[in-house]
Amino acid sequence: MGEIDLATVNWARAQFTLTAMYHWLFVPITLGLSFLCAFFETIYVRTGKAEWKQLTRFWMTLFGINFAIGVATGIIMEFEFGTNWSSYSWMVGDIFGAPLAIEGIFAFFLEATFFAVMFFGWERTSKGFHLFSTWMVAIGSNLSALWILVANGWMQYPVGMSFNPESARFEMQNFWDVLFSPVAMSKFTHATSSSFVVGSLFVIAISSYYLLRGRHVEMAKKSIIVASVFGLLSSVFTAFTGDESAFTNGYSQPMKLAAYEGLYDGSKGANIIALGILTSGKKLGDGQQPFAFEVSIPKGLSFLAKRDFNAFVPGIKDLVYGNQEEGIMSVAEKMEKGKAAIADLAAMQQARKAGDGAAKEAALARFKVNQDYLGFGYLNSPEETVPPVATTYYSFHVMVYLGTFFLLLTLLYLYFSYKDSLEDKKWLLVLGFCSFFLAMIGSQLGWVVAEVGRQPWAIQDLLPVKMATTKIAAGHVQASLLIFFVLFAVLLIAEIKIMLKQIKIGPEGV
Amino acid sequence: MISSYFLKIYRFYLDGFSRMTIGKTLWRIIFIKVFVLLVVLKWFFFPDFLQTNFSTDQQRADHVIHQLTGSVQNN
Repeated sequence: MGEIDLATVNWARAQFTLTAMYHWLFVPITLGLSFLCAFFETIYVRTGKAEWKQLTRFWMTLFGINFAIGVATGIIMEFEFGTNWSSYSWMVGDIFGAPLAIEGIFAFFLEATFFAVMFFGWERTSKGFHLFSTWMVAIGSNLSALWILVANGWMQYPVGMSFNPESARFEMQNFWDVLFSPVAMSKFTHATSSSFVVGSLFVIAISSYYLLRGRHVEMAKKSIIVASVFGLLSSVFTAFTGDESAFTNGYSQPMKLAAYEGLYDGSKGANIIALGILTSGKKLGDGQQPFAFEVSIPKGLSFLAKRDFNAFVPGIKDLVYGNQEEGIMSVAEKMEKGKAAIADLAAMQQARKAGDGAAKEAALARFKVNQDYLGFGYLNSPEETVPPVATTYYSFHVMVYLGTFFLLLTLLYLYFSYKDSLEDKKWLLVLGFCSFFLAMIGSQLGWVVAEVGRQPWAIQDLLPVKMATTKIAAGHVQASLLIFFVLFAVLLIAEIKIMLKQIKIGPEGV
Repeated sequence: MISSYFLKIYRFYLDGFSRMTIGKTLWRIIFIKVFVLLVVLKWFFFPDFLQTNFSTDQQRADHVIHQLTGSVQNN
């Protein structure tokens, strides 16, 4: 594929990365804080105490600020699909159409009705209906995320579809298979539960700031208790959903699993790396040890990936060069099949144009034999299937360490809240204040693992990223990337400024 | 009956918007942002490539297939 301009591909990648990561600054706070607002308001409705109402309104205001700045930042990705990723966009239109349309309808009705009641209806609707609206915003926001994550899950594990070689589109065959794909489900539960942790740490960080300053002490302590319980439960749930994600990677994206575990040579009863530093400059097949330093848990990876301590887990080498004993086909063989599929696709197209029905049918029959390897036909070498190992490995491990830290942190907050000595633990309050920023890093790293770890694929095994792009000038993408960068910086400064002003005013100002 | 129901909803929103404090700033940001995104950026920088360059779905499909099979067809 000599015609592909890799500069355009990489600039389009950079632009999508910037947009997605910027969008994801707001989403986890919205998902987590919406439920916390619902919890706070439920306590207010049950107890009837005015301080809980004031507390709820304060956090709801911060929720509103975050929502307002973040809203519509996701639309930009849809623009990018049409301009930078037109081939991809065309090919997946039938699959993504339904989930994204449902998401749009959900978001519209949610925002136009319950969102308005949540902010405008304090004095104008009954307590019960207002509480119902707050819960609907929380549930609706999270269900809205479901549809986006279903679309993403499908790219990672394309099920419930068939490829139509005449229209060049993946067509949905079974909506429920797409919706309830195990990868989509583990993605949804892991992304939302980790967002609950982010939302909880947002509340803990701001409340810790108040306690350190000796301001709004009672409100801060109340907020911390609820956020710590929610954060702790969500941290435990995130660990389980993360484990499930790794298990699904074991059969759906074994290369990603091998990359984030730094596993070059597969084995039975494979160890899991608890702590390790990768050998600098290590390349596949160079004979160097993968790790300069490592602490591993015996047989841990086999259990994580296969639920069997003695099962074989393929390494990068097995997946690239094949392993006959374990029934793993080499990438070189897959590339041959993929090239045959491309040739048959071309033959089919030529026969269609020539009006030769018999030749078209024959080409279609041949294409169907190899269509599952279509994407491999575009690769230049088997090694191209290896994602950036160091980025994936370190992102994954730092994410796991942070997740464990958040679990312990929320446990400590809960313990000292119970002992009523939280105000004296300045070190913990400083740690709690910093934890929100760490949570944002952890949340972003989760996406780095998910997306960098599945390179080179836009659609797993079927379409590499380089074939998904539009052939446009790299300069065009660079220009819009620069504009986005400036726009995002201005919006982020605006959010931080408004948010800080509101935090400074405190609950009395809402 | 129905008109009074709609009037109630209208008043609910009108009252809500007029009482906003920080919300007014946020709405200004939303409007400016949506204008920049949907009008300026979409119009000048993000034309839909296939919609703009081709008039039928068959032409779009042919173009994508040509992209997918380019190296084979060029040989």
